[in-house]
Amino acid sequence: MIPSLLLASIIVFSFIHLIPGDPAQIMLGDQATPEQVQGLREAMGLDRPLYVQYGRWLSGVVRGDFGTSIFFHQPVLHVILDRAETSVLIAVFSMMLIILVGVPIGILSAVRYNSRLDQLFSGLSMLFASVPTFWLGLNLMLLFSVMLRWLPTSGFPSILESGDWTNLRYLVLPCITLAAPNSALIIRLTRSSMLDVAKADYVKTARAKGLSEGAVNIRHIFRNSLISVVSALGFTFVALMAGTVVTETVFSLPGIGRLVVESVLRRDYPTIQGIILIIAFLYMVINLLVDLSFALLDPRIRYS
Amino acid sequence: MKFFSAFYKRKIALGGLLFIVLLLLFALFSPYIATFDPQEMNPVDKLRSPDGTYYFGTDNFGRDIFSRVVFGARTSLTGSAGVILFSLSIGVLIGVSSGYFRRIEPYLMRLIDVLMAFPPLLLALVLVSILGRGMGNVIIAVGATYLTRTTRIVYGLTLKLREEPYIEAAISSGVKQKWIILKHILPNMMSPLIVQATFTFAFSLLDMAALDFLGLGIPPSIPSWGNMLSEGRMYLTRAPWLLIFPGACIVLTVLSFNLVGDVLRDRLDPHFRRDIEGV
Repeated sequence: MIPSLLLASIIVFSFIHLIPGDPAQIMLGDQATPEQVQGLREAMGLDRPLYVQYGRWLSGVVRGDFGTSIFFHQPVLHVILDRAETSVLIAVFSMMLIILVGVPIGILSAVRYNSRLDQLFSGLSMLFASVPTFWLGLNLMLLFSVMLRWLPTSGFPSILESGDWTNLRYLVLPCITLAAPNSALIIRLTRSSMLDVAKADYVKTARAKGLSEGAVNIRHIFRNSLISVVSALGFTFVALMAGTVVTETVFSLPGIGRLVVESVLRRDYPTIQGIILIIAFLYMVINLLVDLSFALLDPRIRYS
Repeated sequence: MKFFSAFYKRKIALGGLLFIVLLLLFALFSPYIATFDPQEMNPVDKLRSPDGTYYFGTDNFGRDIFSRVVFGARTSLTGSAGVILFSLSIGVLIGVSSGYFRRIEPYLMRLIDVLMAFPPLLLALVLVSILGRGMGNVIIAVGATYLTRTTRIVYGLTLKLREEPYIEAAISSGVKQKWIILKHILPNMMSPLIVQATFTFAFSLLDMAALDFLGLGIPPSIPSWGNMLSEGRMYLTRAPWLLIFPGACIVLTVLSFNLVGDVLRDRLDPHFRRDIEGV
């Protein structure tokens, strides 16, 4: 993991130097005076050799110092943590929705393979995997917030600051929007991996020795297909992170996804670098946890 | 003929195939099918609901939605085709060379693995911010995010193929490496790659629409479904047809490519199913 992280940090670091022209000039815009540009160049160490810049940046990063946001004039980590509440809540609730909806429906479809029910769920999951997140979000907003007036249209007042848990209603539509296409993928994956396992000889043996259909489906087929389902969750995390960018824009939520778009529009590269590096780090941690969980799920796998 | 009988058995997939053909016609003959100039502003007729003159209604500038949707098909199909061309050509180059010439493999595949840790849309956003907006740059940015997956698939296929007896036979009879790759390895990975390309087409269309929606895709002067949704968002309650038609086009197109992809996968390469399931 450490070499991968180092490589990821080099990639993220090099983004800023791929920009054609002078990064300091581009970040400050056309109105900046030459003194300001020179000042930023010195403040960010852009006048030093590349390896010195990388060394300084990396040594800051490992101590939690991702540099200073050009727009907010605050430490990048501070800016990111300010926006973390919304995104963490959305990610956690969406993930719960995805697992609670995707896995049971996937199991049901596989158990009732080729039935009407299976065809219905297959069709629906195919449809939801094809809907653009932002379009789904806008339609839900039109139906539930504008026409039925059940839920607020946009924004999210902080729960940490107000202590008001009913604010969670602001996140209902964003979470559904985000969960729908990803649940569809988990349904398809659960179904197909269960159908694959169902062909195995030990499943035939289990049926032959007279186990009930429920025991065969859950203890033999589902348990053995769980590995591919769990490993898909790492991929789902990445999809969620990309999804928050769009969803938070649709519902005007003050989250990290929105911060990415704003930072890209403002050319606030230190902030973009910080967010991307943190997401890559989280992805690697999640994949490590997923790998470790395999030993729990399947006693045949051991890490010595 | 077998190809069509596979579709005949699944009526819905046949519908998908027909829709794709229809889209292709729209894209090829947009100027003849469109009833208005997609850029023509007509302030008198702004925000008109769908009727006999304006099939899909008009937007806030009085531009005809139907004509913009027709021209949008051209933009979207060109974009996705570009992404496939970009990611497939470079993916095949990197994948085959790292699968065939084992010395460079550890470095390249490590790099690909790390790139997969970045969410595709975020990577595309950053690339667009570096390259600037525009059709070509959006294709490169989105194409680069699909490059990782294509490369992994090509790499896996190359590893599998090079162990095949007919490759060994070719090596032992003294065929040059260049010919082994061109005549034996590449043709044998065509079917899984075609399947992969179908899904890439569907998902890259969604990604490019998302970039347009965020205001970081194709410039607003070019009619694209994503741009139409981005502009129509302000009129969500007053003129929902600004969102319904371009949105439905995206859904139907992506759905069609997914349906066709499913049939092709079952048809062309049943063994390969697991490897691309993650897409």
